[in-house]
Amino acid sequence: MSTVNHALNDTATMFRRQLRHMARYPSLTGMVIGMPVVFLLLFVYVFGGTLGDGLGGPGGGRDAYLAYVTPGILMIAIAGAVQGTSIGVAMDMTEGIVDRFRTMAIARVSVLTGHVLASMVQILLGLAVVLGIAVAIGYRPEAGPGDWLALLGVLALIAFALTWITVAAGMTAKSVETASNTPMPLLLLPFMGSAFVPTESMPGAMRWFAEYQPFTPWIEVTRGLLDGTGVAGGDLALTVAWAAAIGLFGYLVSRARFNRR
Amino acid sequence: MSTAKPLAIEARGLRKSYGDSTVLDGVDLAVPEGTIFSLLGPNGAGKTTTVNILSTLIGADGGEAFVGGRDVARDADRVREAIGVTGQFAAVDKLLTGAENLHLMGRLHHLGRRETRRRAAELLEQFDLVGAAGRLPSTYSGGMKRRLDLAMSLMGEPRVIFLDEPTTGLDPRTRRTMWTIIRELVAGGVTIFLTTQYLEEADQLADRIAVLDGGRIVAEGSAEELKRLVPGGHVSLRLHRLDQLEKAANLLGATASDPEQLTVQVPGDGSVASLRSLIEALDGESIEVEDLTIRTPDLDDVFLALTGRPEHRKESTR
Repeated sequence: MSTVNHALNDTATMFRRQLRHMARYPSLTGMVIGMPVVFLLLFVYVFGGTLGDGLGGPGGGRDAYLAYVTPGILMIAIAGAVQGTSIGVAMDMTEGIVDRFRTMAIARVSVLTGHVLASMVQILLGLAVVLGIAVAIGYRPEAGPGDWLALLGVLALIAFALTWITVAAGMTAKSVETASNTPMPLLLLPFMGSAFVPTESMPGAMRWFAEYQPFTPWIEVTRGLLDGTGVAGGDLALTVAWAAAIGLFGYLVSRARFNRR
Repeated sequence: MSTAKPLAIEARGLRKSYGDSTVLDGVDLAVPEGTIFSLLGPNGAGKTTTVNILSTLIGADGGEAFVGGRDVARDADRVREAIGVTGQFAAVDKLLTGAENLHLMGRLHHLGRRETRRRAAELLEQFDLVGAAGRLPSTYSGGMKRRLDLAMSLMGEPRVIFLDEPTTGLDPRTRRTMWTIIRELVAGGVTIFLTTQYLEEADQLADRIAVLDGGRIVAEGSAEELKRLVPGGHVSLRLHRLDQLEKAANLLGATASDPEQLTVQVPGDGSVASLRSLIEALDGESIEVEDLTIRTPDLDDVFLALTGRPEHRKESTR
């Protein structure tokens, strides 16, 4: 019991440490929030007119594309934010303070859990800003209160999974430079899914990949909740399963790495 | 040696190698409670590796070690509760202020809010960091960073403190401040395991000194005992005239003479009586002496004699 208490205390302490780091070094948070906003504006105002017409819906045009792409941009926001997590973890591991933590009787994984929780705060902040700006330029989600709640849960789950996998990337990287490159593919995956165009428009093998990779069910569930059109049970199950598997894998690799040295 | 006190640190046959290179090749240590033990050795001798094993940072490949009676491998968390570690490189959080760093330690030791604040304030005062408490460590001098580092190690009131080259890179005045702090800690009853490459530091602080070289303890004892291991002292006389050098050397039974420096070296302990007889002998022959130096063996001699390889000679000559 007291072990659990200590573990929770240590995690809270490390979480506060990371929040303070974020406050001391706000440019990273600024970039995490700014990057998806730029993507949103770019895709709506540069590509949106043409891409919206290609969606084949009744309205078409820029407004239709804004509604289509916003869930995709939310995924880009998460995938972009976790790039910083990997770098942050790799940098932290080069600091003497982490060796000090290792010589203290604390819940060891709390050092990493602190990173995960702080990154999630950063991500949720970024998602709120992206959604706010989407609404400001004309996006009108149809989600009911239950949908919003479910959306928060789903996005937090996805953020949790991707944060742990990038913590693992940061722990595995031999240098900070490597740590900044390893999670790059995560940023490409939404493009190879249903974030920007429907998967039906893709050729054979590409479409097959797009439909089976984790980002597509994540995007579809997010889209369904925001549009208030409901969520397919299969997509929801896939969303939870992918997130749980990726998160667990990331957690186990990170923990093993931290204990190894 | 006295084994009356219980041992704070004990190691038997510690081994560690990385690939083909053996860093520790069977190290035995015994440090009684409440004493300062210094591990002395040139760069690369295995000092830091020893500290890392004893402080549970890395595992040994062979042998066993106990800190506060607990096995460092099997009972690591109990060992961690009893120790404080200050490494060679400042282990402070660079994005937290001095006070925040101490508070972080207090929370991780589960001291509670009030006790954390009280102890942090006390340590800031003791380590002369009150004015710097609200600033980030990047604005600190080297000595201030070390003091903060040491203060952080003390937040949990450890019984055993590992100091890995705590004064490397500090200026002489700051080094002396650190020595004073270390002496005060021992007066409070803690045990200190100190590694250093400064012989003077070991001489000044340590109750017992072990000389580590090439992964083995090559000598152990008090500073006095170690000094007795090397050949005794001598008196060096610098003469006025070159033509008297050989005469003086023969007269005094010199072991060495240097025509360029006009010096002769005479074995002896430098006592007043022996000096007087030297001078009288020279006066009798009307040999003029420019100046005279007495050299007693110090730890430098021990260090060089025991770890005497050319590449070390360069580093350790001050």
